[in-house]
Amino acid sequence: MSTDQSVPTREVAQRVFAAEFNDASYTFKESDDDRAPVYALLPTGEQANRVFFVGTLTETDDVGDDNEYWQGRIVDPTGTFFVYAGQYQPEAASTLRELEPPAYVAVVGKPRTYETDDGSITVSVRPESITTVDAATRDRWVAETAERTLDRIDAFDDEANEYARMAREEYGEDLSAHRETVVEALDSLDDDSGGALDDTTEPSDDKPQA
Amino acid sequence: MSELQTHAAEIAAQFSDHTDVDADEIEQRLDQLVSEYKVPVDEARRSVTNNLLDEADMDREELGRGGSEEVLVDEIDQDEQWVDVTVNVVDLWEPRSDSISQVGLVGDASGRTKFVAFETSELDELAEGASYKLTNVVTDEYQGDFSIKLNRTTTITELDEEVEVGDSTTTVDGALVDVQSGSGLIKRCPEDGCTRVLQNGRCSEHGEVDGEFDLRIKAVLDDGQEVHDVIFNREATEELTGIELEDAKQQAKDALDTSVVADGIRTDILGRYYRVTGPTLGRYVLANEFERLESPTDTAAIRATAGVDQ
Repeated sequence: MSTDQSVPTREVAQRVFAAEFNDASYTFKESDDDRAPVYALLPTGEQANRVFFVGTLTETDDVGDDNEYWQGRIVDPTGTFFVYAGQYQPEAASTLRELEPPAYVAVVGKPRTYETDDGSITVSVRPESITTVDAATRDRWVAETAERTLDRIDAFDDEANEYARMAREEYGEDLSAHRETVVEALDSLDDDSGGALDDTTEPSDDKPQA
Repeated sequence: MSELQTHAAEIAAQFSDHTDVDADEIEQRLDQLVSEYKVPVDEARRSVTNNLLDEADMDREELGRGGSEEVLVDEIDQDEQWVDVTVNVVDLWEPRSDSISQVGLVGDASGRTKFVAFETSELDELAEGASYKLTNVVTDEYQGDFSIKLNRTTTITELDEEVEVGDSTTTVDGALVDVQSGSGLIKRCPEDGCTRVLQNGRCSEHGEVDGEFDLRIKAVLDDGQEVHDVIFNREATEELTGIELEDAKQQAKDALDTSVVADGIRTDILGRYYRVTGPTLGRYVLANEFERLESPTDTAAIRATAGVDQ
């Protein structure tokens, strides 16, 4: 990936549907350094240190004991992303506190995994930012994520694709389920019957356009 | 051409402007050192070059580097290359050091690059807007950005016709995933030609100064494959957010805090898709033009490229 460049490069935000993201339970580091970034391994063969997604916030809940700890459920055409924001993500936490679901939101965040008492691993997102957006942005994300996911599926059999090799070992090589999710997501766009807010005709936003 | 012949030809080319040397003779001298005395080629080349310099009573500095070839500024991708360029002086900046006589931007059809001339080189000054052929300049690199340095051996020839400066603009698009610190309502150093952004009221060059307010956004566009740093200047920021500088100052005054401006900007633009077009400056794209991207890409095309049927 990024070679020996003098300026450290920012990690790209992967585009991944909830269905695939929630399966990405295997995490790894590229070096032994304590502070080395942690990557989630996507089943379609890519590393993810950051994700960007847009969906419908359907529910918020303060699940903290002493301190506020906000959980948000964000739905895309394939499943539900769980985001958690506490005192160390004050802006995201206050967004979750203040937002009235349902609402379209865009999230930039880091994948996190958590092992439950019964030994299963859940995958969630620690948000860097959560902002409300419009339906057009959400539709664009769905189309873009379909495209990126298909790109990853296409590159899965490349000899040089080390993350595909890892994914094959960790999750198996059958990608048909992920391919199907892409088709479903595209279908939901085409017949425009997907999201919870589809009947609200969005005003084209009050921001001036270029 | 044998290896020695190549070296000989290069050396001859370096001296061709100064003395009459013969490539065959140089080759013989090289051959003697390499074959008879088992001297490594590099060392042999050095030795022959020095002998020739002595014989011609020349300084090494006067010597062309042979490989000095005409390039476009956009082609410069290596440190310490001797090149010739034909350029227009786009902009002259205030030198920040006494050792620098001139610093600024020059450009040709391929784009622009920074140039530096030093006092010690005692060169004629370049005039803004004029076009020149500069021979024997040296390329330089700093953190991935390339520039050229003029030196004592550089010849400056003013040209009658103007060199057209191409526009090295790029277009990037993606989701706006981050608004970085140093965005929003900022203060700049008021010293002539400085414009540095103040940190806690201090300019890194001029110390504590009474700054001038400005608006800008440093943001990151991410398309899922690449990230691009983009900068919106005051004009672009006002157009993008609808917040004028005066509104921003008022907001900050009401809140007793300048950071409210950046917070408001974050809420307005994070998570949306944009396309930005403008010149690149180092790793930044300057947002001269931009548009919000509001319709999804063609889903039929996505299906087609993937071979997924409706």
